[in-house]
Amino acid sequence: MNLLYQIFIDPFVQMGTAPDLLVQTLWEGLVGGVLYALIALGFVLIFKASGVFNFAQGIMVVFAAMSLVSLHAVGIPAFLALALTFAIMLALAWGVERLVLRPLVNQPDIILFMATFGLTYFLIGFGELVFGGEPKVMITDQLYLPRGAYDIKMLGGFVSLQKIDIAAAVIASLMVATLAVFFQKTRIGRALRAVADSHRAALSVGISLEQIWVIVWFAAGIVAIATGIMWGARSQVEFSLQIIALKALPVLILGGFTSIPGAIVGGVIIGVGEKLGEFYWGPLLGSGIESWLAYMIALVFLLFRPQGLFGEKIIERV
Amino acid sequence: MLYREVGQYKTTYEADHAIFPLLQDRVGIIVILALAFLVVPFTASEFVLNSMLIPILIFALAAIGLNLLTGYAGLISLGTGGFMGVGAYGCYKLAIAFPQVNILIPILVSGFFSAAVGVLFGLPSLRIKGFYLAVATLAAQFFLSWCFVRVPWLVNYNVSGAIEVPTRTLFGVPITGPNATAVTRYLVVLAIVVAMTWLASNLVHGRIGRMWMAVRDMDIAAELIGIRLYRTKLLAFAVSSFYAGVAGAMLVFLWLGASEADSFDINASFLVLFMVIIGGLGSLLGSYLGSVLILGLPIVLRTLPSSLGLPVNSATVEHLQFMIVGALIIFFLIVEPNGLARLWQIGKQKLRVWPFPY
Amino acid sequence: MRAPSGEVLAGQVLLSVENVSLSFGGVKAIRDVSFDIRKGEIRAIIGPNGAGKTSLLNVINGFYQPQEGRITFRGETREKMRPYAAASGGIARTFQNVALFKGMSALDNIMTGRSLKMRRSFFWQLLRHGPALAEEVEHRRRVEEIIDFLEINAIRRVQVGRLPYGLQKRVELGRALAMEPDLLLLDEPMAGMNMEEKEDMSRFILDVNNHYGTTIALIEHDMGVVMDLSNRVLVLDYGRKIADGTPDEVKADRAVIDAYLGVAHR
Repeated sequence: MNLLYQIFIDPFVQMGTAPDLLVQTLWEGLVGGVLYALIALGFVLIFKASGVFNFAQGIMVVFAAMSLVSLHAVGIPAFLALALTFAIMLALAWGVERLVLRPLVNQPDIILFMATFGLTYFLIGFGELVFGGEPKVMITDQLYLPRGAYDIKMLGGFVSLQKIDIAAAVIASLMVATLAVFFQKTRIGRALRAVADSHRAALSVGISLEQIWVIVWFAAGIVAIATGIMWGARSQVEFSLQIIALKALPVLILGGFTSIPGAIVGGVIIGVGEKLGEFYWGPLLGSGIESWLAYMIALVFLLFRPQGLFGEKIIERV
Repeated sequence: MLYREVGQYKTTYEADHAIFPLLQDRVGIIVILALAFLVVPFTASEFVLNSMLIPILIFALAAIGLNLLTGYAGLISLGTGGFMGVGAYGCYKLAIAFPQVNILIPILVSGFFSAAVGVLFGLPSLRIKGFYLAVATLAAQFFLSWCFVRVPWLVNYNVSGAIEVPTRTLFGVPITGPNATAVTRYLVVLAIVVAMTWLASNLVHGRIGRMWMAVRDMDIAAELIGIRLYRTKLLAFAVSSFYAGVAGAMLVFLWLGASEADSFDINASFLVLFMVIIGGLGSLLGSYLGSVLILGLPIVLRTLPSSLGLPVNSATVEHLQFMIVGALIIFFLIVEPNGLARLWQIGKQKLRVWPFPY
Repeated sequence: MRAPSGEVLAGQVLLSVENVSLSFGGVKAIRDVSFDIRKGEIRAIIGPNGAGKTSLLNVINGFYQPQEGRITFRGETREKMRPYAAASGGIARTFQNVALFKGMSALDNIMTGRSLKMRRSFFWQLLRHGPALAEEVEHRRRVEEIIDFLEINAIRRVQVGRLPYGLQKRVELGRALAMEPDLLLLDEPMAGMNMEEKEDMSRFILDVNNHYGTTIALIEHDMGVVMDLSNRVLVLDYGRKIADGTPDEVKADRAVIDAYLGVAHR
């Protein structure tokens, strides 16, 4: 009886009695969700345009952040370092296309998926070798990203909104809008969607697969840079961050693997759900439930709607 | 010329259904088993046994389990680490609860615990396929990892949060715990792994193996032939997790002697998955080859440079390891998606016609 | 090589489809179709592309569930057929795009067709030697009969993904035959074949019907084959039945001629 009370009544009572805490938690969840969405966006880009589920997106985020910080650490001014990081990600995109994607063209998706595992491990080793394994600090000031917070008095208490988080939300929304327009309205966007549907068909209408893939992976690289900066600004830049990429998977399940707006919606749902769960139900179960809560949410969701919120229903034909 | 099959005719269907139809293969297997059981215990050093042979065998068993699920039945699982852990902790609870029972029994029974958990997390496979199923198994992995750390009941409320393996004996000889020698542990592991490999081999060569492969290749057609998809998939989860569980129990009881919270985390799942990919999906031999390569690589990387006179620190070794494993995965997927096992098969083909080219 | 034409076979109704309608989202694939198949006959289903022929087979098979209508098979009436019920009830089929298990050999593919009949439990499978192996050998014997019948002995160990298209179709037929079905559904068994291959396949189909007594429903575009092989023909167009009768009756039917010549529909 007591247990039922604790699960179903008490958390809501807590929410009611301290509404400012609730708003704070919701905000934290929203921010977390936006950051998940940024990572998910990188996945969606590549999946939408090449049909490949790029497991290495997480390490690309870390790699981008590491490059930026390390370049600055050897004395290169911040915005030049940023430009160089763009170049590095372009080189990475080109390398991946040449060495991994081109040899595996026409292979079933599962093979490409596993190849990105290999890519992840390779980049982890390579990154640690080149940049060193210790955590680094993101160069937020030098990039003119805001510091500090707005403290708003409301609902009988305080709600603290970090300015960097607001910046992250704005940047993420801008990216989503730009990418959505890009895919729907431009010629290249259409070509990218064609490639995702069928490599062979795209080739046969003269779309250059190699160019497309480099463009897409570079775009994902840009998203990775933005993600890396935002994530790095909130905590440190370290290699263990790449495991956060796995959190993007529940987001993708909710939002669908091919939907750009879905990434945001899914991200927010997961972020908020996770934070609420951790804060109000966490003490019941023990700490650290955020390591699996997102997955359980996604799993339950999958059981009812296997194609996600925004994904297309797959009709199998024989 | 050595490997010719000419002259070896089969006159009954039984003979044709033998697992090693060629005489050379049969001889080869017997030689290998003889070496493993009779020669190695007397000649291998403690280091070789402890750092190489025992873990290679244990992980080969886990790889066989994953191979049954992913290679034969086509269901991707990223939860192997978690299922291994269930076996390890299950075995511990049983061993403590029934101290007078021969330790082999908890080791094998813990497989059933894993199988049950595996089936539980395989239940979604009715409606979910492919990547999505992989995510479901990730849910299992993260949840189980969390349990191993946060549920003190599993380690009998031990303050250190780890399992300490008690001493258990077989025929009066200690096989677990601090007093068990490497040789005795090796022989026990070898016996269990060989026996379970034999069982797996029997399964995949018969009706069940075909059912799994049918579900993998085209589940719609399989269903229309009368194969019950759900039961077949759940059976794959059950058997695969059983193998992973026994491997996990052996990992703690017969190799490490203790457990760490992160012995069974997501990295373990990836490790076994890489063994299966590189070794060859859908091949039992491949599970062994993959295990040898993945576990042997760090040792080679550590000992080779120093034997050549180049100083290399251990952090660099680890980084290189990641890079090489990653690159190997990509390499194998490009060059030979069926892994080392297929390369081995091709080698045998060449032997058949050697010295002719084809 | 001609089946008796114009003659009504005195077999009982094996399968009857009543007022079945099937739609996907907004697309109506089958509209209110009713027909039956008599035991022992060869029933052709023809019609222009997109007429709903494959969907009809899929409904009989249990792969699609119709929104309306009933299916009566062997006296048992159902509103929806399930794949397992169809298979265990004795319905087997081949597919338009060969649906073989590409990773297995021809022999293994046909052996999978025996799955319903192999009963030895998991425990015996673990041991293999003993009852499981005995069962395997027993079914191997039956499968070898089919292999002999279809003349594919030489390629039994070849991985089917490597076989030429015509042989793949034969292996697929073998797999369906391995189920010892009462009703065999063939979806364009002659597609993509040359003259010689078509003659072989026609011979196999007739032999299956004569020798094993299997009732056959086949979708086919080659009119010569349809006229020669079948006892009765069902004609579909835009998901509707437009003719049903013997080959000669159907050949002369005005609506059928219009459909094939592409006369505009209302």
